[in-house]
Amino acid sequence: MDQNRAPIFEALEKQRTDRIVHFDVPGHKGGRGNKELTAFLGEKCLKVDVNSMKSVDNLNHPVSVIKDALDLAAEAFGAKSCFFMVNGTTAAVQAMVMSACKAGDKIIMPRNVHRSAINALVICGAIPVYVNPGINHRLGIALGMSVSEIEKAVGENPDAKAILVNNPTYYGICSDLRKIVEIGHRHNMLVLVDEAHGTHFYFGENMPVSAMTAGADMASVSMHKTGGSLTQSSILLCGQNVNVDYVRQIINLTQTTSASYLLLSSLDIARKNLSLNGKEIFRKAVQLSNYARDEINHLGGYYAFSKEIIDHDAVYDFDVTKLAINTRDLGLAGIEVYDILRDDYGIQVEFGDLGNILAIISAGDREMEIERLISALFEIKRLYAKDSTGMYDHNYINPDVVYTPQRAFYSSKRAVPIKESNGKISCEFVMAYPPGIPILAPGERITVEIIDYITYAKEKGSLLMGTQDMRVENIYVMEE
Amino acid sequence: MELWFTENHTENVKFSIKVDKQLASVESEFQRIDVFDSYEFGKVLVLDGYVMLTEKDEFIYHEMITHVPMAVNPEIKKVLVIGAGDGGTIRELTRYNHIKAIDMVEIDKLVVDICKEHIPQTASKLSDERVNIFYEDGLKFVRSKQNEYDLIIVDSTDPFGPGEDLFTREFYGNCYKALKEDGILVNQHESPYYKNDAMAMQKAHQRIKSVFPVARIYQAHIPTYPSGHWLFGFASKKYDPIADIKEEKWNSFNIKTKYYNTELHKGSFAIPNYVKELLENA
Repeated sequence: MDQNRAPIFEALEKQRTDRIVHFDVPGHKGGRGNKELTAFLGEKCLKVDVNSMKSVDNLNHPVSVIKDALDLAAEAFGAKSCFFMVNGTTAAVQAMVMSACKAGDKIIMPRNVHRSAINALVICGAIPVYVNPGINHRLGIALGMSVSEIEKAVGENPDAKAILVNNPTYYGICSDLRKIVEIGHRHNMLVLVDEAHGTHFYFGENMPVSAMTAGADMASVSMHKTGGSLTQSSILLCGQNVNVDYVRQIINLTQTTSASYLLLSSLDIARKNLSLNGKEIFRKAVQLSNYARDEINHLGGYYAFSKEIIDHDAVYDFDVTKLAINTRDLGLAGIEVYDILRDDYGIQVEFGDLGNILAIISAGDREMEIERLISALFEIKRLYAKDSTGMYDHNYINPDVVYTPQRAFYSSKRAVPIKESNGKISCEFVMAYPPGIPILAPGERITVEIIDYITYAKEKGSLLMGTQDMRVENIYVMEE
Repeated sequence: MELWFTENHTENVKFSIKVDKQLASVESEFQRIDVFDSYEFGKVLVLDGYVMLTEKDEFIYHEMITHVPMAVNPEIKKVLVIGAGDGGTIRELTRYNHIKAIDMVEIDKLVVDICKEHIPQTASKLSDERVNIFYEDGLKFVRSKQNEYDLIIVDSTDPFGPGEDLFTREFYGNCYKALKEDGILVNQHESPYYKNDAMAMQKAHQRIKSVFPVARIYQAHIPTYPSGHWLFGFASKKYDPIADIKEEKWNSFNIKTKYYNTELHKGSFAIPNYVKELLENA
């Protein structure tokens, strides 16, 4: 196939120049019906914001240009087939889980997954078997899944239908994907990979192994994160063992029937760009990231970690494009550094948690911005560093799972103040966003440690969410 | 035949200079560099379409950016100049025999090369033995320095393009760190007149003010810059630019200037009400 082609993009270009008269939706009719929006986004953009029609195919039932674009993308990623997703990688992760599991089926996964995976369990009623991720105590972060933990979980739950792996984690930590695929397949389990932060594994050189290369059955890649497509666009990849027609049905249960062609064409064009220029793009990103890491470590006080944390177990490999920086030795929580960077220096990083900040380095970065980040970190150290005793040292608490997420979510419940909820079973999520990894999920017992963690995170300025109570002061717990 | 160079001072205001010859036009890694020979202003250096200097009025800018801090602290021995590839600021500094070292950090070597070739009026002193030229990003250079300089002069381009990071809070903070305990920072501070320049000016002032205990503004009239009304920033850890001026000492140097004098020095810190208001609201 010719990776220079971009069939959706080409069809939209033709559609635009054909000057078709529209008596269909969208009602803005190429922007004429909403002048302010057109002035803001540009006429070209509004003119290709069209509905499904013969010339541009239909995402729910692709037979022409979308099908061609999907085939090209599948080839580019080394997958048997793929789907373009317009409701984010969240929808892709949910489609993976719901394709693999029905109500009552077991799925093995690490607890430090994104909320989207546990949301899928609330919807479909599958039962999670959590594998404890490794913990790096120096950094206070959860790591990947160790092979021995997975073997243990598989041995204890031979009836599980799938293993879900989060690879790489937000911080860039990779598990031994090849080995996990081998274990899963040996026990007739599908291996699903949340690869939201790993699009570049398919295109860069000397990257950790990608899910499709490792032989995984399905993988969700956030093209919009490091692949250059528009926010909310994503790709679901499928391997050999997957019934793609069933997966399409699952996707169509919840997917819009008015998929945005802005998103679809952005996936098409981003795939083309990655196929043609990916090596160079990610070579530059790695170089900038490594440079920044060396300079930051040179400053002292900060620890920008990299491949030295590899232990061939819970940290099987490390994604060097991730610039995660531990701030604990400065006596500052990551979220505090995050806030100072944005408020005082006009620098927005991806997230700050209790001990770290994460900067995403991608195709769009230049030396100047990297210098600004390094210099601002230098200044923050000079101006704000303090004694680090009393700093909270971890971001992961092993859960005590009492009920399935679905059972707890739909049970009879009552609201209590979080501070008085010790020992109760939560019906809700609580998470800091980003990164969106639940501190508490439905069906888990609330402990003093969790309450202290939530209180501390709020004090430090984390944006907490998940509960019905927008202020995250009360939480719904199960009636007992 | 008529050949005109035109700079857009705003979207709706143009400034044109009749050109005799174009002497150079190159695209560097960072910007487009042009040199024109003009009838009225002599040689004109243009970066990315913006006039950086003309032979006829560069003395105003270069005298004002150097002699003001030198009169406040005539003991200055070690100076860091950021930007200044044309060499004009260096030329003025080399007139002080007691200055021991001048480090100049210019990101774009081609600017220096072209000025040496075509505009010796400003570039002639770049070879002074006290001058060390570093071709790198100013922000990167300054962050590794601590308690080293008596004076930092930021002779930058506008805050859009390669000079953007020289208008940031992290840059001013790192300059503070690089200065000695009685150090002074002087910077090209944009213009208060047209809206976009004024916004850049306000932001720069607000950031400098948050870093330095003394942060004042002075002005000069520079005919070829947008609106002609141009500002400089004087920030320091200790000295007030008027109360601490050493008039006698500076005048004893006997440096012959075309624009600057110690009377003008004091007057240049008296600024119009609308500029005061902009600074108060920064």
